[in-house]
Formats: sequence, C-alpha cells, structure tokens
Amino acid sequence: MLADKDRIFTNLYGFQDWGLKAAKKRGDWDKTKNLIAMGNDAIIDEMKASGLRGRGGAGFPTGLKWSFMPKESKDGRPSFLVINADESEPGSCKDREIIRHDPHKLIEGALVAGFAMRARAAYIYIRGEYIREAEVLQKAIDEAYAAGLIGNNACKSGYDFDVFMHRGAGAYICGEETAMIESLEGKKGQPRLKPPFPAGAGLYGCPTTVNNVESIAVVPTILRRGASWFSSFGAEGNHGTKLFQISGHVEKPCVVEEEMSISFRELIETHCGGIRGGWDNLLAVIPGGSSVPLVPAKDIIDCPMDFDGLKGVGSGLGTAAVIVMDKSTDIVRAISRISYFYKHESCGQCTPCREGTGWMWRMMERLRTGDAAIEEIDMLQQVTKQVEGHTICALGDAAAWPIQGLIKHFRPELERRIHEHNAQFAEAAE
Amino acid sequence: MANRQLAPDTPELRARWSSFAWTKENKAKADKFIASYPEGRAKSATMPLLDLAQRQVGAETDTQGWLPLPVIEYVAAYIDVPVIRVLEVATFYFMYNLVPVGKFHVQVCGTTPCMLRGSDDIIAACKKRGMEKGKVSEDGLWTLTEVECMGNCATAPMVQINDGNYEDLTVERLDAVLDALAAGEQPKEGTQEPGRHTSEPSGGPTTLKEMVDANHDYRKEW
Repeated sequence: MLADKDRIFTNLYGFQDWGLKAAKKRGDWDKTKNLIAMGNDAIIDEMKASGLRGRGGAGFPTGLKWSFMPKESKDGRPSFLVINADESEPGSCKDREIIRHDPHKLIEGALVAGFAMRARAAYIYIRGEYIREAEVLQKAIDEAYAAGLIGNNACKSGYDFDVFMHRGAGAYICGEETAMIESLEGKKGQPRLKPPFPAGAGLYGCPTTVNNVESIAVVPTILRRGASWFSSFGAEGNHGTKLFQISGHVEKPCVVEEEMSISFRELIETHCGGIRGGWDNLLAVIPGGSSVPLVPAKDIIDCPMDFDGLKGVGSGLGTAAVIVMDKSTDIVRAISRISYFYKHESCGQCTPCREGTGWMWRMMERLRTGDAAIEEIDMLQQVTKQVEGHTICALGDAAAWPIQGLIKHFRPELERRIHEHNAQFAEAAE
Repeated sequence: MANRQLAPDTPELRARWSSFAWTKENKAKADKFIASYPEGRAKSATMPLLDLAQRQVGAETDTQGWLPLPVIEYVAAYIDVPVIRVLEVATFYFMYNLVPVGKFHVQVCGTTPCMLRGSDDIIAACKKRGMEKGKVSEDGLWTLTEVECMGNCATAPMVQINDGNYEDLTVERLDAVLDALAAGEQPKEGTQEPGRHTSEPSGGPTTLKEMVDANHDYRKEW
C-alpha cells in the first residue's frame, strides 16, 4: 500500500478545510516562485522525466504534450491552458474530490503548468452539474487572486497569469478537447476535425493545451519532490500515483489514491472491504470508465491496474474508474444502459455515431430480453465496427467498445436469452 | 442525441416574458462573466448568461427555472449574438430547461454505476410519490428527470435536486430528504449515510487517518 507521506491529495476526503490557509499548512503554494524560477524548459523536462501520463483517459505523456506549444509567439497570439474538469465518464468521480477538497493544488498546478507552456491564462472548464464544486473553486480562485498568487506578477515571479472558471451545462461530449474549446467559445460542443491540433490553433484560434484536472494538480508536488520520486511508483511506462474510483458491487465503494500498477485484488481488498459476496461472486469489471470493454473476473483479479496491464486483458485504464459487477448483475442490461448513455450524449455531428448509437442501444434492448435472432449478434458486432473509427471524435469508439466487450466475453449469455425467449413462443405456437 | 423540444411560442408566452431584463444584481454578475473572456469574445459568455437567466426565471416563478424563448432572445441581444446561435446552445445542453419545471427538479442518476447500487428503487420511489418524468406535479413542487452520470459514483445511488446532491440513498433516506424539502426545510447535502463523511470507504478511511482530526502536514516525513 502507498504510504500516506507519498500521497499527493492529502485532503482527498475533505476532513479538513479546503481554504488557502489550511492548504498552505499542507504544503500548497510553498515557494511556488522557486518552481517558476526553474524555467519553462526545465519544468517540461522534469515532467517528461517523471513519466506522468495524462489522467483524463488517453494516457498521453503530459510533458511531451506541453512541449508541442510554441516557444514564442511570432504573430502576437497568446497561448492558453484549458483544464478539463468536465468529468462525466460514467464511473469517474475523482476530479470532483480534487476540486471541492484540494482546489489550491489545481490552481497552483495551473500557474506552474501555464508558465511552463508559456500560456497567458488558464480556463478551467467544470461540468455544469458540479454546482457546489464550482462554488468552492471560484472562491479558491478569488482567494488566490487576493493573496497575489495568481494575476499580475503571480507569486512575485514576474509572470502574469490569469485563471478563469467556465461552467458547462450538461454535455458529456464537452470532455473531448476540441468540443470543450467550441463550448468555451460559446457554441454547441461539437468536436472539431484535427488537424489543426489545439497546440497550433485551439481556443480563439490560439495555441492551446487541454489537460485533465488530475494531471495538472499533481504538477507542483512532482516538481517539489522530483521526477525520480514520482517515477519510483508503478511499472515501467506507467509511473506515478493515481486516484482510483471504485463503484458498484464492492462492500465499500470509495475514491482512493494508490500506486499505479497495484493489482486489482490488492486494491479491492485494501480499500473496499472485498467484493460483495466474496471473490467467487465476482462476474466482471469495467476497469476504466464506461467506454472501455469489460473484463471477466478470471482475467482481472491479478491484473496490474495500469495502462499496459489492462491493455493486456483487452481493456484500458481510462480514468481508473473501476465499476465492479457481481453475479447478481444483469450484465446485458448493465451494458445496454451504457449504450443508452452514449445515445443520449452523441452530439449528432457524424452520421455513424448519431444514427449508430441509437441503433446499437435499441438492438441491445432486444438482446436484453432475448427478442432477437442469433444472427443479429454478429450483425450488432459488425455495426459497432462500422461506427468505430468512422467519426470525428472518439465517442463513436467509446459507444462501440463496451458492446464488443460484451459480445466477446458473454456471447453464450446472449444466445441463452435468445433461445429461452424464442422457445417460449415456439411453445405458444404449438 | 437527447430529445429536446422548445415550449410553443404563443402570444401568452410573449406577454409574460418579453419584458424580461436582468435584475440589478444579475446585471453585475452578467457583466463580470463577460469580462472573464478576452475583448470581443462576449459570445463565450452565452453559457453562463443562459444559466443566470434560468436562475432569474426560477426566482421569479419559485421553481428551478427555465428558458422561455423571449428570455433566450434577451440574452442574445445582451451579448449581440444572433438568436439562433444562442438558441442552439440552449437546446444542445441538457441543463437548460426548455419547458417549465417544478420548485424541486428531482434528477435521479440512472447510469450503470448508480443502477448497480439500486437507482431503480430510487426512481420507483419518486414515481410512487406521484412524480412523472418530464412533468410538473399537481402541487407544482416536483419534476422528475432521469439524468446521465453525475460523477458521484463512489457514493451511489444519488439524486441532484436543484443545486444540491444527495448521495448514498436508500428509499427511506430519499423519502426523508423529499419530506424535508416539501416541509420547507433544507436537508443536509452530500452523503446520507450516517457516519460517512464524503467518498472515503464507509466505516472510516483506510488511508490518511491523521487527517480526520487534524490538518496534518506530511512533508516532515518526506
């Protein structure tokens, strides 16, 4: 188990005050000026060396992402940092804890990261449903301004940096980086075609980097303790500590910071009081939020919870939102409900996704009751393949993968329901 | 895509809402929102202004609020953006109510993590109290909506009622919250499980135990 002294989010559960005074006592905003004095490139190099991979789901190396930003503005355009706090992936509930209980880690991280990538300002895009969380964040931003930590000459470093909060209004798709930029510009959140990539032309046509809340909030601690401290955790290529969010059929669902590459069994035994009804009662796990394929019990139990380990069992770490399902679960319904989610959240821009998500959900509902023909399982599989990879953003893929995972691992269950349903009508006909 | 329809544009609607204008307090807020975007980018304030307008309508009608067409037009004129651009934002995002709602907008999360923890029972309990999805109850108090993941998965199942979340629900705990609201009280927000603070494992945290009673500084142990 990760030692308490190596946890970054020490006020994760909000037992103590989130305010500036208390946050400073826990070590936030401690000589931030010295971090900035390291210089832009030294900060980026340190982040690269730490092995931090983006915590929003895709796992792209954070330091590398920052290095794509222009080193100087040749045409006078400013650069922007956009922080993705639009946490809407079913199963994910970590950024909420950072924002409402440790907001100063995020704001300090915004300043340091923004300085490193030479940004003029940060916009924190927080999902609209996080109403109380947005209230806390805005107060924390106001506190930081009043104390001279951000704004002109932030932390007396000579660097001018503003932090603004922008509230969403209930659209999952705005978690996609270019949809988020559209939304920040006051439009519908429909993703843009890439290229141009945001680092070239993002918010208001200016160079922009979009980072997840957790990726930004860990930055000051990594710089204070050194890249080698952070990279001492987790397997090669998967370094660091991570907030895991365990929901569903465990005895005690919770959010907890742990070492990357911890095994599923240890994570559940140590923090969640085990699986409801014991390990033999485990059916399947969705290990990284609703868009990754499910993993059956036998494959997940001793799997390391990191990017590569979960890729090895045909799934992914995503946001480390671990949805646990025991044998009482109607697995077809559980996945069908996820299909409904994607149908509801499709932005409607690309035909394969707009039409496909609705089609896939209706098909899933028929498979749930068994009101289908056996061939239709393959037809559904084929349709998911026609949606996947044929849309501007990854929502189409995200809608396809859970269904593909279900067909791959639970095909006998789908067939059983169809046979049972059809037998009922065969009897009635006789 | 979500199914979204505007309230009909009738003479009655025009008569009721065409005089809508910011209150003095909200005007200051609106101008502050606009100022948080670069010069000439007032369009970026579309979302915060629609939210503000919905809240003002809510205050005037003693409900959570909604966006009548004349109010949407007012917002568009305020930031000098074509009405259709604001209208498409209002219809795209799910939190803008396009038809009137009750005093309490009961938004039950029904996505898989909440479903696994019993959101079916929560929705059934709401219906048993006479709430109907998308309708305002006869007493004007309740509107029920099933919403998609609200990001409270470790404290599921949950409901968001106007600005407050109520988590770790059972039917009994939900009834207690709704009874309190109906009686004009303000029930405690957050987890409804006795002894649980936020998203730590119930029964007490497995980590960071020093933090429970004191603002512990772990840097000494680095």
